[in-house]
Amino acid sequence: MNMISPPEELNAKDFASDQEVRWCPGCGDYAILKTMQKTLPEIGARPENTVFVSGIGCSSRFPYYMSTYGFHTIHGRAPAIASGVKLSNPELDVWIITGDGDGLSIGGNHMLHVLRRNVNVQVLLFNNEIYGLTKGQYSPTSKPGLRTPSSPLGSIDSPISPCAFALGANARFVARAIDIAHKPLSSVLKRAHAHKGASFVEIFQNCVVFNDQTFSDFTDKKTGADNQIHVEHGTPLTWGKDNQYGLLIKPGTLELQKVTIGEDGVTESDILVHDETNRTMATMLAAMEGPDFPVALGVLFCDPGTPYEEAVRAVPKAPGKNVKQLLASGKTWTVD
Amino acid sequence: MVTETTQQSTTDSLDSVVIRFAGDSGDGIQLVGNKFAESTALFGDDLSTFPDYPAEIRAPIGTTYGVSAYQINFGPSEILTAGDEPDVLVALNPAALKVNQEQLREGGTLLIDTGAFTEKNIKKAGYENHPLSDKALDSVNLIELDITKLTMDAVSEVGLSKKEGLRCKNVWTLGLILWMFGRSRKSVADWIETKFAKKPEIVEANLRALNAGHAYGETTELGAGLKQYTLDKSEPETGLYRTITGSEAAAWGLYAGAELSNLELFLGSYPITPASNILHQLATMTDYGIVNFQAEDEIAAICSAIGAAYAGNLGVTTSSGPGVALKTEAIGLAVSAELPLVIVNVQRGGPSTGLPTKAEQSDLHQAVFGRNGDTPLPVVSASTPADCFDVAIEASRLATKYMTPVIMLMDGTLGNSSEPWKIPDFDSYEPFPVTHRKEPEGYHPFLRDPETLARNWAVPGTPGLEHRIGGLEKDYDSGNISYDAANHQRMTDARHDKVNGIRKDIPKQDVCLGAEKGKLAVVGWGSTYGAIHKGVEQLRQKGLDVSHIHLRHIWPLPENLEDLLKGYDKVIVPELNAGQLTTLLRAQYLLPVEGVNKVTGQPFKVSEIVEAAHQALEN
Repeated sequence: MNMISPPEELNAKDFASDQEVRWCPGCGDYAILKTMQKTLPEIGARPENTVFVSGIGCSSRFPYYMSTYGFHTIHGRAPAIASGVKLSNPELDVWIITGDGDGLSIGGNHMLHVLRRNVNVQVLLFNNEIYGLTKGQYSPTSKPGLRTPSSPLGSIDSPISPCAFALGANARFVARAIDIAHKPLSSVLKRAHAHKGASFVEIFQNCVVFNDQTFSDFTDKKTGADNQIHVEHGTPLTWGKDNQYGLLIKPGTLELQKVTIGEDGVTESDILVHDETNRTMATMLAAMEGPDFPVALGVLFCDPGTPYEEAVRAVPKAPGKNVKQLLASGKTWTVD
Repeated sequence: MVTETTQQSTTDSLDSVVIRFAGDSGDGIQLVGNKFAESTALFGDDLSTFPDYPAEIRAPIGTTYGVSAYQINFGPSEILTAGDEPDVLVALNPAALKVNQEQLREGGTLLIDTGAFTEKNIKKAGYENHPLSDKALDSVNLIELDITKLTMDAVSEVGLSKKEGLRCKNVWTLGLILWMFGRSRKSVADWIETKFAKKPEIVEANLRALNAGHAYGETTELGAGLKQYTLDKSEPETGLYRTITGSEAAAWGLYAGAELSNLELFLGSYPITPASNILHQLATMTDYGIVNFQAEDEIAAICSAIGAAYAGNLGVTTSSGPGVALKTEAIGLAVSAELPLVIVNVQRGGPSTGLPTKAEQSDLHQAVFGRNGDTPLPVVSASTPADCFDVAIEASRLATKYMTPVIMLMDGTLGNSSEPWKIPDFDSYEPFPVTHRKEPEGYHPFLRDPETLARNWAVPGTPGLEHRIGGLEKDYDSGNISYDAANHQRMTDARHDKVNGIRKDIPKQDVCLGAEKGKLAVVGWGSTYGAIHKGVEQLRQKGLDVSHIHLRHIWPLPENLEDLLKGYDKVIVPELNAGQLTTLLRAQYLLPVEGVNKVTGQPFKVSEIVEAAHQALEN
């Protein structure tokens, strides 16, 4: 009799491939890679059951550096390929690695559909607000006015907010994290992994070469605390070095308002409590930006529904159905 | 040739008859055609059909561009085409007459619904004078019936609205035509009862119309015109039969390919005319263990199938030319990643959106060459509706055995046409079970089988075989990314050698009719099979030295094809395009093969093949 031995404990090294990592020195991708390699063993992932699917771009080299299964595909199409993988084998743990250009420009259509269908995959969108691999052109998330080789007079495009896009596409899990903030990123990855259905995670990723410090207003270690809020379900929406700021709904409107606790008679009990199952609240949180508001991080929205692959595979193969039976089915006649 | 008999005399024997039903696209013409075909198949005749309908779902009523037609050629002998010229033309409105009149054979029968030949409709069809005053109609056997009124009379007691009542016009006509050819109403009546089971009054009205049309033929004595035709009783091979369209056969063939390869079938598809019927067919088959995914676009459709292949399934995508154009980059990925995939292209008229509902064979170059980079892949082509079954199996076999995407070419005519099919003995099909690699020892993702050059197929979920693949060039010896110059040469050569090696694994090209050398070979591929075959048959009956060669394997070409073609003084290649196979054969063999080309959206007529062959023999 075969005894099934419990799988041995894995660590970060077990998820690192033997390939030399070739991102620019100082790239935020290194930090994300490290966090992923550390997080996977913590959630009990197995390399053989884990698949990373990516498109094209700097971020999309990610699968080569993981010792799991990996498929570096074509520009923008990772969500479609990953959908095929997951529908074919729902047992697999499928991660999509994409960027702002790959996932929201050329692949915007597929992103919309993988989210609204609710395929049980984790989508990690590394947002650096620039095209890195093609040497620095503006992307769909670039700030207006950004001067790049293809926008010498400054970008005139209106940027898209990845999380607002995901919420608009009816994504059922939307979260945000910063590349180098290991702990919060790791906990967001764990939540995304645990969520049944499509999980969308925007990771603010610094491109040191073409768009350095684009997020420094809220990611800077010294000054960032006053400009970022870590939202947590059931907890008041407060932030700041001393947790002195809070959010509430401005009376008589459907707008958020930044308040200081202790000023103008505001107490902590007045502060809005985060409800991650509320899409409207998530949409308002996702839309916040400086300088008037902090940038919201953590799980903005989580409201599970039936994963797509379960619905697709709801009809099991019926006994006795095969080619022979098919050929003789329906209207036939015999010539004697 | 058709001869006509009076109602009483039923002894004259006929070879085959061509009927063309034509009317407004809202008249239910395709339905009448399909149901007549079914009754005829059940009668035991061989048949071939050609649905010819507009791209618009409901074009403005009464216009020429809203005319829908369905042609069927049937009879006791072997029927290979839908027929050159209709013996009987049914025109349910003036526009239908205008569009189709020229096609009617001289002396043929024209049945019109006078009730629809109102001044308004005549004007809308673009006639200046009353169409029935046309001298050209003098030579036809004209039957004028007020089908509109006869139908309304038949259904009046059921209590439908006028609009609903008029919808039964097609079924009344079908009843009459079934009588004309002595076909049973039973399968039509059964269908009506099932289809409208929830609407008893619609069932009642349609049955009344069907029976009234039939009774009209039986009981009405007309001085001229209405006659009953009798065909010889056919003696088909014994066995179990069904009718099948090319789309159904392709869908079933893909499923059979999955069963024979012991893989799950995954279809990723996006609706496109005329390929959607394959998607529809497979969508009804989820309880056969098929995963069916209607993607957001053509690119996602193929990409999902590539994902399925990566996960270890038989990935399939179905489309038509413009859709295949969108899939091009992804096909390149499948070639580079060396994943098995079947891409079905049900061709239509091009370029661009072109003629969505008309047939053309103009995607051959797209299939063989249409990708960036040196990106070879096998291309196979089906010749008849039933052949789509076998060709889909062959495509699945090549894809899985050689770890390559395979393009299967069909066209709109093949997809929509139906024919009686002697159901094959599936036990006689050779299985080609796939073994996914499990052994970690010595593994790398691009390890090749020394004989086929196919790389080994390891799928996610297998411990110890974790690997990364993609569209970047890979090192021949490790599968890791490589930009090395010599390695790219080696990998490019390997991809070519793999596909070229398939020559050794496909049957030698046969001559399907005629001698293996001689004066003239007519070389075709795809849905032109029937017209070429009938044409060559006629020429040979006249003692002319002509042979028919029909290709299933377009790429790589069969090993013996060059020598075979060199055995003829002349080679002509009829194609529904501007000369694509012609160019390919010339380029491959430096042979002066000549094209016979037509791009009207209509299939070849047998007479056109005969004429082209005569010309080639004379010059």
